[in-house]
Amino acid sequence: MSDKHSPKHSSSGPAGTSRQASSAEEQTAAVVSVDTAGGAMEPSAVPATAQSGQLPGGPDTLLRKIFTGSGMVSVLAVLLALIIGGLLIASTDKQVATTSTYLFARPTDFLAAVWNAATRSYIALFQGSVFNPRGNGIASQFAPFMETLTIATPLITAGLGVALAFRAGLFNIGAQGQIIVAGILAAWVGFALELPMGLHLLLVLVAGIIGGAFWGGLVGLLKARTGAHEVILTIMFNYIALYFLRYLLNTPAFQRPGESNPISPILDPTAVYPQILGSQYRLHLGFLLAIAATVLVWWLLNRSTVGFEFRAVGANPKAAQTAGINVSRSTILVMAIAGGLAGMSGVAQVAGTEKVLTDGVAATYGFDAITVALLGRSTPWGTFAAGLLFGAFRAGAVQMQIQTGTPIDIVLVVQSLIVLFIAAPPLVRAIFGLNPRRRKPARPATSREAATTGGAA
Amino acid sequence: MSTTVSSSRSGNPQPESAGKDASAATVSAKPVSWKTPVLLTAFGLIALVFFGLLAPSQTASFGISTGSDFFQLPALEVNAFAGGLVLSILMLGLAAYAVYLKTRDKAAPGWLTVAFIVLFVAAFLIWVVGGARTPSISLAGLIAGSVTLAVPLVFGSLSGVLCERVGVVNIAIEGQLLGGAFTAAIVASITQNPFIGLLAAAVAGAAVSMVLALFSIKYLVNQIIVGVVLNVLVSGVTGFLFSTVMQANKAQFNSPPGLDIIEIPVLSGIPVIGPILFRQSLVGYLMYIAVLVVWVGLFKTRWGLRVRAVGEHPQAADTLGINVNATRFWNVTLGGAVAGIGGSFFTLVAIDSFTKEISGGRGFIALAALIFGRWNPIGAFFAALLFGFADNLQSIVTIIGTPVPSQFMAMLPYLVTVLAVAGLVGKSRGPAASGIPYVKG
Amino acid sequence: MVRVLKLELRGITKRFGTLLANDHIDVVVEPGQIHCLLGENGAGKSTLMNVLYGLYEPSEGEILIDGTPVSFRGPGDAMEAGIGMVHQHFMLVPVFTVAENVALGAEPTKAAGFLNLDETRRRIKEISDQYGFDVDPDALVEDLPVGVQQRVEIIKALVRNAKVLILDEPTAVLTPQETDELLDIMRQLKSGGTSIVFISHKLREVKAVSDTITVIRRGKVVGTADPAASTTELASMMVGRAVSLTLDKAPAQPKEKTFEVRDLTVIAPNGQHVVDGLSFDISRGEILAVAGVQGNGQTELTEAILGLQDRVHGSILLDGKELLGRSVKEVLNAGVGFVPEDRSVDGLIGTFSIAENLILDRYDQAPFAKGIGMSPAKVLENAKSRIEEFDVRTPSGALAAGTLSGGNQQKVVMARELSRPLRLFIASQPTRGVDVGSIEFLHKRIVAERDQGTPVMIISTELDEVMELADRIAVLYKGKLVGIVPAGTGRDVLGLMMAGIAPEEHTHPAPAGTATAATSDAEGGDHV
Repeated sequence: MSDKHSPKHSSSGPAGTSRQASSAEEQTAAVVSVDTAGGAMEPSAVPATAQSGQLPGGPDTLLRKIFTGSGMVSVLAVLLALIIGGLLIASTDKQVATTSTYLFARPTDFLAAVWNAATRSYIALFQGSVFNPRGNGIASQFAPFMETLTIATPLITAGLGVALAFRAGLFNIGAQGQIIVAGILAAWVGFALELPMGLHLLLVLVAGIIGGAFWGGLVGLLKARTGAHEVILTIMFNYIALYFLRYLLNTPAFQRPGESNPISPILDPTAVYPQILGSQYRLHLGFLLAIAATVLVWWLLNRSTVGFEFRAVGANPKAAQTAGINVSRSTILVMAIAGGLAGMSGVAQVAGTEKVLTDGVAATYGFDAITVALLGRSTPWGTFAAGLLFGAFRAGAVQMQIQTGTPIDIVLVVQSLIVLFIAAPPLVRAIFGLNPRRRKPARPATSREAATTGGAA
Repeated sequence: MSTTVSSSRSGNPQPESAGKDASAATVSAKPVSWKTPVLLTAFGLIALVFFGLLAPSQTASFGISTGSDFFQLPALEVNAFAGGLVLSILMLGLAAYAVYLKTRDKAAPGWLTVAFIVLFVAAFLIWVVGGARTPSISLAGLIAGSVTLAVPLVFGSLSGVLCERVGVVNIAIEGQLLGGAFTAAIVASITQNPFIGLLAAAVAGAAVSMVLALFSIKYLVNQIIVGVVLNVLVSGVTGFLFSTVMQANKAQFNSPPGLDIIEIPVLSGIPVIGPILFRQSLVGYLMYIAVLVVWVGLFKTRWGLRVRAVGEHPQAADTLGINVNATRFWNVTLGGAVAGIGGSFFTLVAIDSFTKEISGGRGFIALAALIFGRWNPIGAFFAALLFGFADNLQSIVTIIGTPVPSQFMAMLPYLVTVLAVAGLVGKSRGPAASGIPYVKG
Repeated sequence: MVRVLKLELRGITKRFGTLLANDHIDVVVEPGQIHCLLGENGAGKSTLMNVLYGLYEPSEGEILIDGTPVSFRGPGDAMEAGIGMVHQHFMLVPVFTVAENVALGAEPTKAAGFLNLDETRRRIKEISDQYGFDVDPDALVEDLPVGVQQRVEIIKALVRNAKVLILDEPTAVLTPQETDELLDIMRQLKSGGTSIVFISHKLREVKAVSDTITVIRRGKVVGTADPAASTTELASMMVGRAVSLTLDKAPAQPKEKTFEVRDLTVIAPNGQHVVDGLSFDISRGEILAVAGVQGNGQTELTEAILGLQDRVHGSILLDGKELLGRSVKEVLNAGVGFVPEDRSVDGLIGTFSIAENLILDRYDQAPFAKGIGMSPAKVLENAKSRIEEFDVRTPSGALAAGTLSGGNQQKVVMARELSRPLRLFIASQPTRGVDVGSIEFLHKRIVAERDQGTPVMIISTELDEVMELADRIAVLYKGKLVGIVPAGTGRDVLGLMMAGIAPEEHTHPAPAGTATAATSDAEGGDHV
């Protein structure tokens, strides 16, 4: 039967031209259908991959690829954010203000002052986060780096939680609340129970993870059952957790005896993370667990059926459902795991760095985790690296404030600018003059075709 | 942001739904859910048990008149037990009516839910005050205070309405409020003119919005991402400048002259209503005007029709010659300006200087009010009032000493919002195209 | 004064990146003419019309109105020039009233921008009366039937004084009867002086109403045709080669009935019975085609079988076992192969690789998974052989499925579903938006599956496809079964059935129910 038809198929012309033409046609449909699929996605599935501007194929040269690729955009985005941050620092600098009064007479003075103001702060930032040349011996010189790792620990695990949810198409703004609930449970187990070494810490960890998983899973449950939007739910849950914590810290069960401030008793020595490089650094076991969590999340996403389900639900929930994947279950599960990961951050806080529970247990780690996940493009190792970077910013900012008086808030500025720029590669490329040839106008145009014609003309 | 998943899923929802509706016209209307009657009954029973049967038998006293009223009314005295009982029975009556309607396949009308909420709040109030150490509060003061606290919330939620109605999710309300508060403080300090400060606040809010618009419309960055990140950015920039500029020279940069309360003669003396409507700052009066203008604008004018069309079905609007992305851009900018004015309330009316994070998460409550108010300016206004009321009650509760921990009062707006978005207070549906970027050919 | 327009498109070229959607197209629409643009799915007709309507800017070429070149920066300009368009997917805001939709963009206002919809209502009534449209200006559009929504679209154009009306695939959502009504309206409009550009790939309609036909293939004008030309002639012009109008298909050899549906009712979230008391069965080795206009319960029927619908009553038996109440996974594991109607929404994950898409419903089964661990090597291996077997044109199985053409995407879905032993095969719109070459291939695979002894259910809104594949035809109307008729049943009878008129009620009573050997008829002729 097929013999009868196949010659007809190619009979329209010489084989070569026919093939060429049909491949052109296939390409049309290709672009159109990519966009149709894009339109079918939940908007929240967009952040990680769809915005990298990477379309398959394209005859770009290698060099151009390197310069326009997403890796380069990330580097340039960081650079751009640092430059703008530097300008902000310079704008409030006294020396800069003085020199600006005779700007037109001696512009070099002004520029030098700008340069000095910015670099002074950034050098202090570097010295506070990576390597301090004035330290006493190697151990002390690398102390800032150890501090960076310590601060990066909760950022990494909470960031992984946010990233994992992203991959399943969910916008988890709730790491903050998940850290708090985890902190509450972990701290309580840590100071209220008396258990042997090892078991106690294990229980602290488990309690924290369960707390976070519960708080996250609850959002997943509400979303799956009622269709409520997870962004609103998680924001609200953050506040509910915070006020609940504040309430608890005023109850006898949580408040430190004899203390009028809302602060819990110190956790038992059996309940805290051991310091892995000796007592001179704050770096604790939690960092190794963060590495383990990264590996685990990588495996889960890329090598397990559960991760396949998460990714499928994130990319196209309708198709996932049609293929027999239980979308509700996936939603609940991924939010629970995300919450559990954020919960590890809560444990790192109460059992690692703070060793007590206060209403500042989550600091801003939960919100920073969002930027970490975005910078890491929602991949496990990307998130890990982004966590280290932002950890370095946080650690170095303290030193920077002491040395140069530049407020810590500059870190927030740089951090948010990085994410904004990373999310908009065309803007970064335009600023650095790296726009690839005529690619940008093509995309919107074709997706428009898909939108108006539904892919069938 | 749409709380229904289905609407945002398919790129071209129309033929599908249209097909279904073809036969829907002949069959019955949408079925009535059991949710509302059941929920009302549940809350009615809770009220009966806690506010009625278990209520303290103290008498709660509510002052209605303040000293400045031009005639005085006696304070309202209610026995907490009796009052709670009567009100909860009324609530159960409403619930029973809803059940009755359901059995006849009719939905409970909107007024019923509103009446229920009012009764519930009243019963709750009697219970709280009746159980307090000093069972007496000024009702007039409570309400006036609620309105005051609600002012930035109302502006914030109007910003949300303006953005979401045109199809852009605005998570950056918090940043717009904060930016407005900061700019109002610094500009008013420098110029020593609160009106210029107010104007500058609007400009600052608009500027934050323009970034949101630019990134989400031109660069198609996910709107939620931009919103979340903008909040951080504004918090960072204002915090940085506060530490470097304002603290270095507080007199010059952080002592804005305030906007005075403008009393309208005679009218402001009316008990309860007077202080709310006729004893406000300029920002307070602007709030009432803004709510009305946005409502009339959205539903009665050409501008509103186009805005709503762009938010519901941008392609349709485009095919009729409406510039979708420009409409979005300018509406989002306008929304930012409105929120900026709301932000000026913090530094020009409420407190006389700027501090870090002065908006304190109220942008998110405004977001909640927007959803609770179902994307309607008037609805958002009342939702914001309710949240302002909860906020105010929280501080009063601490003062008069009741058994309810103040933290739970503070939690209330967030809990209510969770209930609202989870569809327990009735399904709310946002603009269909909200959150979805529009790509033009 | 009646203004008439002569519209010329000269050398219109539209590129999307490297892709040529329209290649130097010349079309002249004479005043008061119905001009048809005939072409396959994806030939570039809609792109051309979007250029004309100002939605796209042409890369080259110009548009002339009455001999004067014009340039449209947006649809506003096009409307100003007297061009109106009814899009394939209606451009109506569902939560607006008819009047609001009609007014939008050209709103009559009182002072200070306040709307004055009374004027709009009057105009709607006027036009509605003139053409017998029967449209209530204050009805919410989402409550209106599709046919009425289409009239609202036409009113929208007429209110704006359109002299050239573009109708983009207007009959896709209509019953044959509604289609005839639309064709009448088109003739009326023409006699009123409005020119019409009619975009279609349905030869019967094109022949019935056109004055001139321009055939477009792969973005180029391949010629003009006379409406009197034979369907075969038109079809081969459109496709670019001689078209076999009939599928070579051996008669069905039905065996025992293994799939039964009894009293199936599906209730939509709005309480409506979208599938209403359906009963039918399918034997092994036969194809039952379900015909009907889109939106008459077909989607819900397949979703109910698959377990995607919540409120379902009745019984669905496969091999004597109840499928109802089981999860999608259990249904698939019971041997049901399912090709959903909208592959990009339900069938594929565009950002996933072809290989991953080929195991989308078996990712957790051996050999692809062991426990919860997956084996990427096995997944790729599977992809290789499936791609070869189904002739999917792609350099690698690792590419994203979204990069494939419609036809190849459909092959991926079909390959996934047909590459395991099936007890039931359901394909919804198996060839929608697929090029002719792939259609033949896919049809043959469906018949081959039947010949292996699988009960097959095809859901299609294309009458031609139904008539080509079916051994028996079931027609759905408003969720109810109008009847089941043998394959040879005529187009007119099926058309009436699709409008809800049971076969007993019209002149040729057809023996319903029994499976007869398929005599693939060439009566309709336009099988493309």
